[in-house]
Amino acid sequence: MELNIGPVLFNWQAEMWRDFYFMLADEAPIDKVFLGEVICAKRAPLFYPYFDDVIKRLERAKKQIIFSTLAEISSDTDRRLLKKQASQKDFIIEANDIAALAHIGKREHYIGAYINCYNEMALEFFAQNGAKNICLNAEISKETIMELAKKAKEFDVKIEVQIFGRMGLALSARCYHARAYNRTKDSCKYICEVDRDGMELATLEGDKFLAINGIQTMSYSYLNLLNEIEELKEIGVSNFRISPHSHSTLEVTKIFRAVLDEKMDKEEASFKLRELYPNVSFCNGFYHSIRGCEWQN
Amino acid sequence: MTKSAQKIPELICPAGTPASLRTAIDAGADAIYCGFIGPTNARNFPGLNFTIKQMEQSLNYARERGAKLLCAINSFATSPNIDIWKKAIDDAVFLGVDAIIIADIGMAKYVSEKYPNMRIHLSVQAGASSVEAINFYIDRFNIKRVVLPRILTISEIKKIHAAISCEIEAFIFGNIGMMAEGRCSLTNYVSGKSTNMDGVCSPAEFVRYEEDENHNLISRLGEYMIDCIECGQSAGYPTICKGRYNVKHRNGYYAFEEPISLNLTYLLPDLIKAGVSALKIEGRQRSKSYIREVVSSFRKAVDAYARGEQPNIDNLLALTEGHKQTEGAFKSKIWR
Repeated sequence: MELNIGPVLFNWQAEMWRDFYFMLADEAPIDKVFLGEVICAKRAPLFYPYFDDVIKRLERAKKQIIFSTLAEISSDTDRRLLKKQASQKDFIIEANDIAALAHIGKREHYIGAYINCYNEMALEFFAQNGAKNICLNAEISKETIMELAKKAKEFDVKIEVQIFGRMGLALSARCYHARAYNRTKDSCKYICEVDRDGMELATLEGDKFLAINGIQTMSYSYLNLLNEIEELKEIGVSNFRISPHSHSTLEVTKIFRAVLDEKMDKEEASFKLRELYPNVSFCNGFYHSIRGCEWQN
Repeated sequence: MTKSAQKIPELICPAGTPASLRTAIDAGADAIYCGFIGPTNARNFPGLNFTIKQMEQSLNYARERGAKLLCAINSFATSPNIDIWKKAIDDAVFLGVDAIIIADIGMAKYVSEKYPNMRIHLSVQAGASSVEAINFYIDRFNIKRVVLPRILTISEIKKIHAAISCEIEAFIFGNIGMMAEGRCSLTNYVSGKSTNMDGVCSPAEFVRYEEDENHNLISRLGEYMIDCIECGQSAGYPTICKGRYNVKHRNGYYAFEEPISLNLTYLLPDLIKAGVSALKIEGRQRSKSYIREVVSSFRKAVDAYARGEQPNIDNLLALTEGHKQTEGAFKSKIWR
């Protein structure tokens, strides 16, 4: 059973970003770290000064590094970044848009959650094209995961499922962080850096609803599949992904590691997660084929 | 095909029912797109779409009038129910539709392996927005046309045209979703029905309108308030990406977009110059009279441009949602 850290989706200060990975390298009981800018091509260069240091530190700690690519490609800037990301050959690449597959060619790679894989024929296509790991979109329910995991076994492909953190629900060409400040994507001045876990969006009545992360729209609630882990293991899911947040991510990895290793029971883990995130609402609806925003006990 | 030759593009029109299909063809559509009843297409709304029998009759109607029929099987086939999508494809091929519009890579594989002569159009729902992605689909599935996501500028479309070997279809009029197509699960988050898997966006059974004590009209999707319109104003259909919200520093603003429709009439010449060979009108959920009005107006507009004239489009403005229109991403990067 692998416990992995998905790419940082938010625009953190570069030093904070570096220190986060240093901390994971030194202390987190995780197997793989997915690195790379997935949301906005403009942000990517901000982290270049620390990339080599982060890679070195993670490698020294024997964490496997996977390069995650940009999820939406439209402008020339996007295309240039994608080419740079997907052409490097030192690390396995996780493709988040079909365009990445054109650069990857026949090399072994992973399919990320931003590429749609909802059925066994799609899975077969990706497997025959060289995919070794497929991270499923968070909206996919248990009965579909079950079928995909069965098929994945035939092709020696691993199925990965996000088990914690805000879920990406949509991508757009427009930057909604910039829009909130009457700017455009080109004139954004990196305003998204003010929200380290996304900008919370409430309805006119004040109901917490969504979170804005640049061009991405996320769930307000944090996905938490703690209660489903046992079943996920049973149906053939072997890789579990935590999507990082600005606080307590290290503690979260420790809790889920203990649960995966059956060293901590669900009740204790649940209590601890609640303690770490007293003001966060959790959801797990998609897994149970109900509204994604819901929490089913 | 030479890239420099500017052909008059085909006008691709929506049909949610056999009656609107006939209306669209009579109003001058070159091709109609429509889908089967059920989750296999991206407009799975109550009362819409075609039985096999209706598809067959519609195909005959189209053939007799020289129009093409494009069958949209463009939601994402979902295990363990993948046979529903396969059957839709088998039926479409059996009936002899002119092309199948596909988004799901598994279904693209199915068609290209089982029916290698079947013409595949890559649906807007596949979200292929770059030269690299489109060429990948051409290489693997021999797609003949790509329907471009509504996130590109005309200058980006032009560059794409120069670098790909298939035709380009672009949306010119109708509803405009703010999220990249095929990559939005906002509806599912609120309703439990998925745009990708069930073919629905803001399904009507989850929509509610309420009037508050001040006679404001509140629209909801599920439990979430999407907008609240002061009395006397008309409320748009509540889709999440056209709602008003609060953030920490700003209240009651359209966080994504206002209720607005896409209208590229003024950009038609630029689109045609950029290499678009099919112009698509959105709206399989629309009424016959809407279809008649929009299709015949665009028929006149396209024909006028073909003759080098400036068409009158005032009647189209009245049909746009809330009477507001946008040229969306197409005109410039400022929209982003």
